[in-house]
Amino acid sequence: MTTTAPPPTKPEPHRATGPVTRPGDRIFAGMARGSGIALLVVMAAIAAFLTVRAVHAISKDHGNFLTTFEWTPSLNPPVFGIAVLAYGTVVSAIIAMVIAVPIALGIALFITHYAPRRLGGPIAYVIDLLAAVPSIIYGLWGALFLVPHMRGLNLWLDDYLGWTVIFHKEDPNSAARSLFTVGILLAIMVLPIITNVSREVINQVPKMHQEAALALGATRWEVIRLSVLPFARSGIISASMLGLGRALGETMAVATVLSASPTLSAHILDPVGGTFSQNIVAKFGEADDFGRDALIASGLVLFLITLLVNGAARIIIQRRKEYSGANA
Amino acid sequence: MAKRIDVSGLSAYYTAHKAIDDISMTIEPGSVTAFIGPSGCGKSTFLRTLNRMHEVTPGGRVEGKVLLDDENLYGSGVDPVTVRRTVGMVFQRPNPFPTMSIYDNVAAGLKLNGIRKKGELDSIVEKSLKGANLWNEVKDRLNKPGSGLSGGQQQRLCIARAIAVEPEVLLMDEPCSALDPISTLAIEDLIGELKDRFTIVIVTHNMQQAARVSDRTAFFNLAAVGQPGKLIEIDDTERIFSNPSVQATEDYISGRFG
Repeated sequence: MTTTAPPPTKPEPHRATGPVTRPGDRIFAGMARGSGIALLVVMAAIAAFLTVRAVHAISKDHGNFLTTFEWTPSLNPPVFGIAVLAYGTVVSAIIAMVIAVPIALGIALFITHYAPRRLGGPIAYVIDLLAAVPSIIYGLWGALFLVPHMRGLNLWLDDYLGWTVIFHKEDPNSAARSLFTVGILLAIMVLPIITNVSREVINQVPKMHQEAALALGATRWEVIRLSVLPFARSGIISASMLGLGRALGETMAVATVLSASPTLSAHILDPVGGTFSQNIVAKFGEADDFGRDALIASGLVLFLITLLVNGAARIIIQRRKEYSGANA
Repeated sequence: MAKRIDVSGLSAYYTAHKAIDDISMTIEPGSVTAFIGPSGCGKSTFLRTLNRMHEVTPGGRVEGKVLLDDENLYGSGVDPVTVRRTVGMVFQRPNPFPTMSIYDNVAAGLKLNGIRKKGELDSIVEKSLKGANLWNEVKDRLNKPGSGLSGGQQQRLCIARAIAVEPEVLLMDEPCSALDPISTLAIEDLIGELKDRFTIVIVTHNMQQAARVSDRTAFFNLAAVGQPGKLIEIDDTERIFSNPSVQATEDYISGRFG
């Protein structure tokens, strides 16, 4: 460092007004800001539209919107409620998660830690392919193949697990157009996203943590238990939430398979029930203006449920933050 | 406790590339042996063959014999998992399990060995942390995450984790290269204390460190980039640093290398 003061510089007059910026920067910043604002405006517009229509419908509802089973907004006075829909949506999504999460995790671990490299690639590709199949195709497959072939499994479950009430089937001969079948179908549909995101997260686990476990004399499974799963935990939860989001909102596949009826049953093998989006797609075409408002109200509830689920997941991840792998 | 390591004709490969060539040496029980040499000379690779960690790397392969007392680590029917429970390792970057508390980090290896009793775990954890000169700093926060400690403390935590399972040999792969001088000194003091109980092998780029902590020093070198690394000589540390028998060693130590 020298102590000589720099010679006083004379600011150039045409640049004296502010920091120097290049046109490219200004254009890009403007575009980015514009996109951000546009997103907020669109979101606000949708939310306002939905809320206004929903409130309009709910205020004319002569049943209790939350506890009524029927969906008959065309009656005079109109009576409709979301009890069956909320129950069906949540139950089918839970069934899907119970089936899909362990399998997805297993596939992700197999690809990353067990499969030889030339086998892992093709498996990952096939899983990706599952994600590319349109949901109506799953719906058709579910209705034409899965439903007729579920009979044996349903009878078995009814026989051996019927005492749990959940797996009791009222009429053993009724078609398998049940929440359980829907759950299985949803499980297949959400499998790719949970598998792929989990696989990405598991691949991020630093080698040094796995070596730490190995050097202690951990077997392959113990390495996974000690270092891989704890590190990937929050990512796996996020992956599951993405899957859950899709399961909650899935429309065509559910509408094609489920035999909908305004009945709330604890027996998941019975061909009854409904889900939010299935109900919307089934009723929207023949609904009058008021009926559509009522359907919008139900859509708003689905939106809230999804929001709650995501919030809960965030809290779970946040609570363990001190111990998360991100501190490594 | 401590065991003698007897290596004969050991070569290691990464798929087709030969990383180290035909190394033989004897490491006495209860001594500290330092491996020095330029980057890429295979000293870390050689270290990792001593607890069968080399073969974890895809394509990693080893030829030759490593006798721990009389048992060949590469004999048929020897489980690498068992080998690694007998030969502990400390890595270049401190790597405590980030999701575990300080206590659980030290107890991790014990639990792998089937020790589950709370009282037994408590006493071994305390003993190991004391052995790693860390107990006084962490005794009030054993249930806090290990990743909250400073780098030097984390490295001592890793040493505590490694010695908790009472290995015969402790391998250290540049254990101080990510640490400041004060933490380095703490680890070096610790090495001096641990050598009564374990045979210690340490890889280091810091020749003063090798001179300070080790009884024997091995110098590794490679003919050219892409060539396999070789053991040039192994001798008493004093001799290596005052009057080595090979010219290349003297060139490397005095900075005239190349």
